[in-house]
Amino acid sequence: MVAVRIIPCLDVKDGKVVKGIHFENLKIAGDPVENASFYSKEGADEIVFLDISATIEGRKTMVEVVKRVAEVVFIPLTVGGGINSIDDIEKLLSNGADKISINTAAVKNPKIIEESAKKFGSQCIVIAIDAKKIGESKWEIYIESGKKPTGIDVIEWAKKVEDLGAGEILLTSIDRDGTQDGYDIELTKSVSENVNIPVIASGGAGKLEHLYDAIVYGKASAVLIASLLHFRILTIPQIKSYLKERGIEVRL
Amino acid sequence: MIGIIKYGAGNIFSVMACIKKIGKDCYFIEGGKDIEKAEYIILPGVGNFAEGIEFLNKNGLTEKIKEKLKEGIPFLGICLGLQLLFEFSEEGNKRGMNILKGKVIKFKSINLKIPHMGWNKLEILKRSRLLDGIAENSYFYFAHSYYVLPEENDIIYGKTEYGIKFPSFIVKKNIVGVQFHPEKSGEKGLKFIKNFLEKKWLQ
Repeated sequence: MVAVRIIPCLDVKDGKVVKGIHFENLKIAGDPVENASFYSKEGADEIVFLDISATIEGRKTMVEVVKRVAEVVFIPLTVGGGINSIDDIEKLLSNGADKISINTAAVKNPKIIEESAKKFGSQCIVIAIDAKKIGESKWEIYIESGKKPTGIDVIEWAKKVEDLGAGEILLTSIDRDGTQDGYDIELTKSVSENVNIPVIASGGAGKLEHLYDAIVYGKASAVLIASLLHFRILTIPQIKSYLKERGIEVRL
Repeated sequence: MIGIIKYGAGNIFSVMACIKKIGKDCYFIEGGKDIEKAEYIILPGVGNFAEGIEFLNKNGLTEKIKEKLKEGIPFLGICLGLQLLFEFSEEGNKRGMNILKGKVIKFKSINLKIPHMGWNKLEILKRSRLLDGIAENSYFYFAHSYYVLPEENDIIYGKTEYGIKFPSFIVKKNIVGVQFHPEKSGEKGLKFIKNFLEKKWLQ
């Protein structure tokens, strides 16, 4: 069967990695190619680049970043952050991105999901959902980097994006993000059981058990990890051998 | 020269980057006349079946590919590029290039996440020099919702399990097809493409 994916997430601003590996040699700290190559060699199954540039000029550099990375790193690359149009998607895909993650633009204009899936194939359209718990087994979608509530129910939205042709869901718990308290298992499970497309769990990883729980109890097909890897609290080989010991299929 | 057929709008960049990494040059084939100088043809996998076949037919590529295949030019179809070789696909209910007998169908189990996305094992049924240096059950990267069902069983060189065992690696004379993405499968993928270009598998 297909192996569970371990996916490091790198935040990029104006062409530089701002949340990435804490290299001792700071000269290469911000270099996207160095960061991606490092994780690829360590056994990452995929890499997510999240563009957090605030300006249009900053965002333009993302195409160049992807291109430079794709020239030397031969594992799947997903790019998200500020993607607004079919044109943005096309530019990134034709410069080496394999998948595009869309968040705010999809909520504001769901047609972009349908159009892009038809044009580029479902397998490259990832819908990123930022979810905040608002009650018993109930979560609301937030957009604009988790700042703006929408009143939209997460489960309903997840089903809708699947119908529109999304190939995957990148699900972040706003409540857990940055806490290291563990993924929101109930949220991950609810979404995963309500759609037939893969779900990537994100937000809250703090230790090995959390990853196991997201996969086994949350039914996630993949786990997204940032600080835990960047600060070298855990390494990818360590994560994979732990999961394998506990009976989960990983690519070693 | 190594010709990569450019169609759709997906990730052809990585196939090109892979070939460069191996130290060879390649060019894009966008229409029938571009194919003449090709010594190898690679049909990458991007987008959907209906749009893919329409592009190939409209640009006179289907006939040209068939001519080249008859001449014995090594051909590599990746993902959708493999599927387009067959007679028919359930994706859009379209006819393919009809170079290989059989059809393309969708994963159907309700217990499976679709697309089949991620790294999965290649189980080798028949050994080929395309797999020189690649161990049994090596992981390759997949991203697809449809798979091929060839009529000729002897062209199936490898299978992969996802609910069922589906053909993921086929070889027929000078035609090679893979459901996985060698250009996205790390070192093993690079090795596969290198083996393809070295042509020892043809002898």
